[in-house]
Amino acid sequence: MNIHEYQAKAILRYFGVPVPEGHVVYNSNSARDWAKRLGDGPWAVKAQIHAGGRGKGGGVKIAKTADEVKQYARQMFGMTLVTHQTGPEGKIVKRVLVEEGSNIADEYYVSFLVDRTTDKVTLMASAEGGMNIEEVAAKTPEKLFFEAIDPVVGLTAFQARKVAFKLGFAMPQVKQAVPVLMNLYKAFVESDCSLLEINPLIQTAEGKLICLDAKLNFDDNALFRHLRIRDLRDYEEEDPMEIEAGQYDLSYISLDGNIGCMVNGAGLAMATMDIIQLHGASPANFLDVGGSATVERVTEAFKIILSDKKVEGILVNIFGGIMKCDVIATGVVEAAKQVGIKIPLVVRLEGTNVDLGKKILAKSGLDIVSADGMADAAEKIVKAVNG
Amino acid sequence: MSILIDKNTKVITQGITGATGLFHAQGARDYGTQMVGGVTPGKGGTSVDGFPIFNTVEDAVKETGATASVIYVPPIGSADAIMEAVDAGIELVICITEGVPVLDMVKVNKYMECRNSRLVGPNCPGVITPGECKIGIMPGYIHKPGPVGVLSRSGTLTYEAVWQLTSRDIGQTTCVGIGGDPVNGTSHLDVLKMFEADPETKAVIMIGEIGGDAEEQAAEYVRDHMSKPVAAFIAGATAPAGKRMGHAGAIISGGKGDAASKKAFLRECGVSVADSPADMAEALLKIWQP
Repeated sequence: MNIHEYQAKAILRYFGVPVPEGHVVYNSNSARDWAKRLGDGPWAVKAQIHAGGRGKGGGVKIAKTADEVKQYARQMFGMTLVTHQTGPEGKIVKRVLVEEGSNIADEYYVSFLVDRTTDKVTLMASAEGGMNIEEVAAKTPEKLFFEAIDPVVGLTAFQARKVAFKLGFAMPQVKQAVPVLMNLYKAFVESDCSLLEINPLIQTAEGKLICLDAKLNFDDNALFRHLRIRDLRDYEEEDPMEIEAGQYDLSYISLDGNIGCMVNGAGLAMATMDIIQLHGASPANFLDVGGSATVERVTEAFKIILSDKKVEGILVNIFGGIMKCDVIATGVVEAAKQVGIKIPLVVRLEGTNVDLGKKILAKSGLDIVSADGMADAAEKIVKAVNG
Repeated sequence: MSILIDKNTKVITQGITGATGLFHAQGARDYGTQMVGGVTPGKGGTSVDGFPIFNTVEDAVKETGATASVIYVPPIGSADAIMEAVDAGIELVICITEGVPVLDMVKVNKYMECRNSRLVGPNCPGVITPGECKIGIMPGYIHKPGPVGVLSRSGTLTYEAVWQLTSRDIGQTTCVGIGGDPVNGTSHLDVLKMFEADPETKAVIMIGEIGGDAEEQAAEYVRDHMSKPVAAFIAGATAPAGKRMGHAGAIISGGKGDAASKKAFLRECGVSVADSPADMAEALLKIWQP
């Protein structure tokens, strides 16, 4: 799960990490009011969307007067912000963060994430702050520093010191950096983050360290023990069909193609997308109905696929293990009755109760093309859609 | 011979009184696996469908002599269940549960250092040695005994590979689902080493996914140490970057872990890579004849 920058900063503040004073606003008048309360300026006015690269798209401005704060905020509200992370359709700005400005002397990069190779949380830092870190990693990997963290002991002071010295801090900043890094680690672990990224961490002209931006992602599987974090979810930032699917425990991701897929199991679902492309078409979605889907869930899955206007044909690919083919077949028939299917439908069933499943489909009277094996299924659906 | 499990393996089920745990314990018993009991705290001394139940894994091991455990405990208690099995001296712990928090697994892996247990999973279909022992949720009848080792991060895609083999009348030594999570117990590399050491395994199908670099590490082992032919498929060529494809581990981040680069590296290492998931068995037969 993703949250907004202002929410991330509130969490970091709770863990004792220095962040700028600021407030989220929902209209331009309160942007000006909050600016006045925050002090004399200058102020940063920042569009809040779940994507990076906001500055380049006009989503981050520095205002010198409170009226300027209002003016920038007015420009931002309702604007469609397109960045390299939003996709070409962009995201509409509905929340704006007004913050006290900082006097930036130097910028640094700090992040924490789980390294799959060491199975440990790893601190990653660089003196190349404010930059695209993937570029730094690709072009100048020697400028990135790593510390793997023992899960029992946590980030130690000496590790934090090592990193601080590598970043080139003088002793007064090293002394600040150690608790900042240790508290960031604490925030990461205690909130079950999957990514915590500070870009940039700045040193002000006055010599103070501040986290100027903050990005927190959370492990969805751990949200059950973080109800207050779960409440921060902003549904307006997400794809409505993915939200709908989530309510039925379906794993759904919408894509650009025109062939809808319904598959059981994440690996087989990805493989089904791949084989559609190998046959010269594109998948409209990733959809895993899971191993223990009921007739109701299968019906809902079908409705979600059909509600996508791009979909011109559907491929159902099921390898029944725990999932029984007759359940899938009943769900398909049920959904077809409820919503009506006017586009080509190819079904490939294999595994538990396959004969029963095929019988149910055949008896339904629906116009269903049945397929043997994945290659046959892909060929048939691509031919039916693209001619 | 086979790897990890055979007809002598005695298995207990942690979470046996839940609907899923009991269903699959019965399925495994029907397949012929020695399912010797289960653990549900508070229900020790009772039994369910002929399975004796114990309060702790320690008690179950003492009474049944089990050396393997399969876990169906919900995510909130999965890590604890794994550590309990490890502490009780269970040699092989297989965690089926999907949705275990990543940081729980970071702790579990630390806990397992310097202990003698092996963990398979979590979020996996389990392990099967066809005709001898089935631990997990895979449909038994699609398998048949034979010379090919199968390993995979995914459940149903493993069934797909197994089915392609079985319908060509080629059997399997052991099929191992290592699970789709970013932090797990047994890796592709671990399983390849076991297949290489197993005299009955003559060839291997390895199924990988986008994300991480576990497949690359396994490929290096194939190149440098493996005498047996290996075929592979990597799922997720069409997956967009930054999106998590169902499996928590299946995500392309920072341009790393995409299918094209994985396939290219596997090919460089001498692995026969299938571009289509329909051709996994064919890819193996290109470089090996049963």
